[in-house]
Amino acid sequence: MTMLTINKLHKAFGGLSAVMNFNFQMEQDELVGLIGPNGAGKTTVFNLITGVYKPDQGQIIFEGQNLVGMAPYSICAQGVARTFQNIRLFNELSVLDNVKIACHKNVQYSVLGALMRTPAFFKGEAKIEQDALKFLEVFKLENKRDELAKNLPYGEQRRLEISRALATQPRLLILDEPAAGMNPQETNSLMKLIEMIRREFGLAVLLIEHDMSLVMGVCERIYVLDYGLIIAKGLPQEIRNYTQVIEAYLGEELN
Amino acid sequence: MQTKKIKWTRILLEAAFLVVLFSLVQYSISTHMLSQYYQINLTSMCINIILAVSLSLINGFTGQLSLGHAGFMAVGAYTAVIMTTKLDYPFLAALVGALFAAGLAGFVIGVPTLRLKGDYLAIATLALGEIIRVVLQNIDYVNGPAGISGIPKLTTWAWLFGGVVLTLLVVVNLVNSSYGRAIISVREDEIAAELMGINTTKYKVLAFVIGAGFAGLAGALYGHYFYIIKPETFNFLKSFDILVMVVLGGLGSTTGAVIAAIFITILTAALQPFPEIRMIIYALILIVVMIYRPQGLMGNKEFSRQTLGRIWGGRQ
Ligand SMILES: Nc1ncnc2c1ncn2[C@@H]1O[C@H](COP(=O)(O)OP(=O)(O)O)[C@@H](O)[C@H]1O
Ligand SMILES: [Mg+2]
Repeated sequence: MTMLTINKLHKAFGGLSAVMNFNFQMEQDELVGLIGPNGAGKTTVFNLITGVYKPDQGQIIFEGQNLVGMAPYSICAQGVARTFQNIRLFNELSVLDNVKIACHKNVQYSVLGALMRTPAFFKGEAKIEQDALKFLEVFKLENKRDELAKNLPYGEQRRLEISRALATQPRLLILDEPAAGMNPQETNSLMKLIEMIRREFGLAVLLIEHDMSLVMGVCERIYVLDYGLIIAKGLPQEIRNYTQVIEAYLGEELN
Repeated sequence: MQTKKIKWTRILLEAAFLVVLFSLVQYSISTHMLSQYYQINLTSMCINIILAVSLSLINGFTGQLSLGHAGFMAVGAYTAVIMTTKLDYPFLAALVGALFAAGLAGFVIGVPTLRLKGDYLAIATLALGEIIRVVLQNIDYVNGPAGISGIPKLTTWAWLFGGVVLTLLVVVNLVNSSYGRAIISVREDEIAAELMGINTTKYKVLAFVIGAGFAGLAGALYGHYFYIIKPETFNFLKSFDILVMVVLGGLGSTTGAVIAAIFITILTAALQPFPEIRMIIYALILIVVMIYRPQGLMGNKEFSRQTLGRIWGGRQ
C-alpha cells in the first residue's frame, strides 16, 4: 500500500527554488534513499514533509491525509519522525530524558495528576521510563542513560537521535544523513541497525545519505535530486548506470 | 514493598519538617519574639519566593524571557483587594480569585505574545506589563494612581507559608513530570521538541499561565499585608527585581530561585536607608555573577533530597 505520496511540491527561498515539481511515492515498508549533491534540496524536502517549512505548492499525502499546513507536532502524531543533518539533541538533558520527551505524546496522566502525584502519575511515569529504556537498549545506550546528551561521543549522539525519533513510535522514519561523520565501520553497523529496526518495528524508512556505497547497499529504491529537480529514480543498479547521476553526483565523489 | 515504605517515611519526615518550621515561626510571632521589622521582612521574603519561583517556571524552565511579571502581580493584588474590600468575600476566596484572574491574564497575554521569540517576547511582555499598570491608573473604581488604601491586614504567617508551599509544590511537581520535560524541551530546542511531538505553543502557554497565576497570588498576599496598593508599585522595575532573582539563582533551578529571593530580600532590607543605590548594587551583582558564574548560583541544579542524602553521608 502507498504510504507517502508527494505531488508537485514546490518551495522557493527568495528567488531560489530549492525544490521544484517534486513527485514522490513510497510504499508501507520500503527503504528509500534520497541522494544528490550539496544544496540539491534534500533537507528542504524533509523540512517540508515534517512541517518545518510550508510548501509554496503541492500536496504531501501520508496514509491518505494531507500533511500540508499541519503543525510539526501533529505531523509527528500522525506517525512521521525524523533526525537532523546537524544533530539536534536536548544537549543539557540526560540521555534518558531525551528519549522520555519523545514518549510524551502518549503520556497517560493529566497535568492535575502530575501536580497531585496521583497513582496514575506514578504508573504513567513508570511506563514512560520502561518505554524509553526499551528504545535506548535497541541502540545499546542504556548504560549511558544518566549522561548528558552533549557529553556523548559523536556516533552515540547520532544513535541517540534515532532512538529518540523511534520513541515517538512512527510508521515512517526520516533520517537526514545518519552516517555523516562516521567512519566506515560505524557506518556499516549503523546500516545493519537501520535494517534491523525497520523489520523489528515495521517501519518505512526514508533517508538522505552521502556515502554512495551505503545508499546502494541498503536502499531498495533511490531518488536523485539536483538543483531542486528529480533527475533520476529507480533501483540502485539503475541509478548506478545513469550518466546524469554520475555527472551530478558520483563524478563529484570520484574525482 | 521496601521502596514504598521509604517513600512514605520520606513524605512523613518532610511533612514533619514543614510543621516544625511553621510552628517555630508562628510561636515567635505570637510571643512577639520576632519584632515587627523582622515580620515585615519575612513577609517580603515569602512574597519574593513566590514571585521568583513562578517566574523561574517561565524564564528558567520554559526559556521564555518575560519582563511583565509585575503586571500579573498587579492583576492578582487588585482582584483580591476588590474582592475583600468592595465585595466582602472571605480572604481564601480572594486568594483563589487572584490566582485565577492573573492566570487568565497570563492566558490572554500569552497566546498572542508567546509566538514571538527572544527579544521580541521580552519587549512585548514588558509593554503589556506596563499597559496593565497604566490601565489601572485610569480606572476610577480603584482610585487611579492613588490606589486603594485601608486594606485589612489579612495576610498572616499561615497564609504566607501556605502560599510558598503551594507554589513550590506546584512548580516542582510540574517540572518533574512528563509535562515538565515537555516544557524544558521547549527551552532546549524548540524545533526539535516540536518535531518530537511536543505542542510547544501549548506548553509555553501552560507555563506562562501557571507562572502568572502565582504572581497573582503573591500580589494578593502583598496587598493584604502592606495596607495599600498603587499601580506604581507594579512597574517594570518590580518585574526587573524578580528577574534579577531568577537569573541570580540560575535559570532552571527552583532552589536557586528560592535562595536568590531570600538573598535579595535581605539585601533590600539592608539597603533600605539608601534606596537610590539599590539599583546600582543590583546591577553590580548581576555583572559580577554574569562574569564569574554566568549560569547563576545553582545553574540548573537542584538542592534535592539526593543532595541532602549525600551530605549526610547516606545513600538512597
Ligand atoms: N531556510 C532557508 N533559507 C534560505 N535558503 C535556504 C533555506 N534552507 C535551504 N536553503 C537553500 O535551499 C537549497 C537547498 O538546501 P538543502 O535542502 O539544505 O540542500 P541539501 O540538503 O540537499 O544539501 C540551498 O541552496 C540552500 O542554501
Ligand atoms: Mg542537507
